[in-house]
Amino acid sequence: MSWFKRKDENIQTAQKKEMPEGVWVKVPTTGETIHKRELEDNLYVDPLSGYHFRVGIKQYFEIIFDKGKHKKLGEDILSADPLEFTDRKKYSDRIIDTQKKSGLTDAASVGVGKMNGLDIVVGCMDFGFIGGSMGSVVGERFGIAIDYALEHKIPLILISQTGGARMQESVLSLMQMAKTSAKLARLDEAGIPYISYLTDPSTGGVTASFAMLGDINIAEPGALIGFAGPRVIRQTIGRDLPEGFQTAEYLLEHGFLDFIVPRTEMKEKLTQFLKIILHKK
Amino acid sequence: MQYLDFEQPIADLEKKIEELENLSSVSDGVLNKEIAGLKKKADSLRENIFTNLTRWQRVQMARHPDRPYTLDYIELITTDFVELHGDRFHADDKAIVGGFARIDGDPVMIIGHQKGRDTASRKYRNFGMANPEGYRKAYRLMKLAEKFNVPIITLLDTPGAYPGLEAEERGQAEAIARNLKMMAMLKVPFVTVVIGEGASGGAIGIGMGNEVYMLENTWYSVISPESCSSILWKTWDYKEQAASVLKLTAKDLEELKVIDGVIPEPLGGAHRDPKATALALKKQLQESIKRLKKLKPEKLIDQRIQKYSSIGAYKKG
Repeated sequence: MSWFKRKDENIQTAQKKEMPEGVWVKVPTTGETIHKRELEDNLYVDPLSGYHFRVGIKQYFEIIFDKGKHKKLGEDILSADPLEFTDRKKYSDRIIDTQKKSGLTDAASVGVGKMNGLDIVVGCMDFGFIGGSMGSVVGERFGIAIDYALEHKIPLILISQTGGARMQESVLSLMQMAKTSAKLARLDEAGIPYISYLTDPSTGGVTASFAMLGDINIAEPGALIGFAGPRVIRQTIGRDLPEGFQTAEYLLEHGFLDFIVPRTEMKEKLTQFLKIILHKK
Repeated sequence: MQYLDFEQPIADLEKKIEELENLSSVSDGVLNKEIAGLKKKADSLRENIFTNLTRWQRVQMARHPDRPYTLDYIELITTDFVELHGDRFHADDKAIVGGFARIDGDPVMIIGHQKGRDTASRKYRNFGMANPEGYRKAYRLMKLAEKFNVPIITLLDTPGAYPGLEAEERGQAEAIARNLKMMAMLKVPFVTVVIGEGASGGAIGIGMGNEVYMLENTWYSVISPESCSSILWKTWDYKEQAASVLKLTAKDLEELKVIDGVIPEPLGGAHRDPKATALALKKQLQESIKRLKKLKPEKLIDQRIQKYSSIGAYKKG
């Protein structure tokens, strides 16, 4: 494809992260330690227990796109603080601080590239940016992703990792649920595949909109997925929640996911699935 | 009549007027002049208080226990209401009601959140907090309306979708998400009005009209002021401040261009004159439906998708 030109400054390629030697990481579920390099080579999944460490946009794009190569769309769409929102801190300051700290421009990015040779559009959220919350920027960027998939007739993958809608943009955030869902309705009508991949955590307004609207909804093992957060539910019903409540496995059992796939097998499984429905060998 | 804390000066004055009026009827009208003076004072006090409400006070008005609810408006503005029940999967949700009816003879499908008025009925209606079956009932009714080419009206009044264990188990998120996608593609005119509380996904889950209005003393936001306070300030004490920064009133949303207009309420709120409020609501619904009926199905869908696609505020950097 002609837009895979390296001179394009949007092009990013996978770079081996510089990891200091002898750094050990503790696996929270087992208490065991694992070498950081080994963890990285296994896409941040503990090979022993299968525990999935949380990773962000950068890593998912490296995993999904062939050699990590992709072109970003909508990175110039940035937060405008429409409500001049202030809590203990000004929202506009919070955005700037988070941008500096995370190296991200907002809680989601969109990339176009190839997955095992298939043209795809991927939108990915990142919990590291104000809890992966969806405001106007996330809504607009995912809108661009959907429009691109529609225009070029190529499959769309949206990766969720979020606490929900962004409070600091109030009703405008809420309306992004309607916006993304309305655009997905058009994509559906055009017969273009859309895969929703839910990672830990995926809750609130994101789950109650595009994340539950995939032709197939799939998830990482152990991911927390729900509408209301567990704390709120516990307070509401006044009793403890059952073990494993709102995990990916729980959702699969209750019929809301098509399957669960470990991060290490995700790319192959998605390719396999897409090739069948696209009638490709 | 129940009074909110900021209405107390009015309550005091109204009580005094009533006392004097009782005395006056005994003493043959000698107090008339004083009563007239007090009434004038009460009018200006009302005017002063209700035209300068803070955002938090609007939230309180939206939750006023005497406020008309969906079934009250259905009673006041429609005839021949045929309530329909059940989602055909699990149950009939009492927190969302709906059915076919007529407005001045014209068929409509009218659906809304329903709150209760006393302890028993509040519990029966689950405080207006719907479970997945509520959203699925709304889905079914909207598709029925589409099948028979009947315009859809939804009235929003919920403190949120119910955050319960079974609600999660039955797919609260999926139910709302599916409604959003379905509502985008409805081939019939669709008008939404916030009549009380418009809290988050639970509200928009039935609220994607071609045109959206709010009654004057209502709120619509991604989160309630209380929850916003507890998350951002780590305590419930900042609800007034949260209401203020969330910019959640009808006037705010009109300025943000999220809604198409504000439907005025009588001075003192909808509950002070439900008939007058219902009349204003009916007028707006008829006007909107008349306008939307001129659009062909494909145009209605285009307009709706365009409307929601264009909401958002960002800059290009």
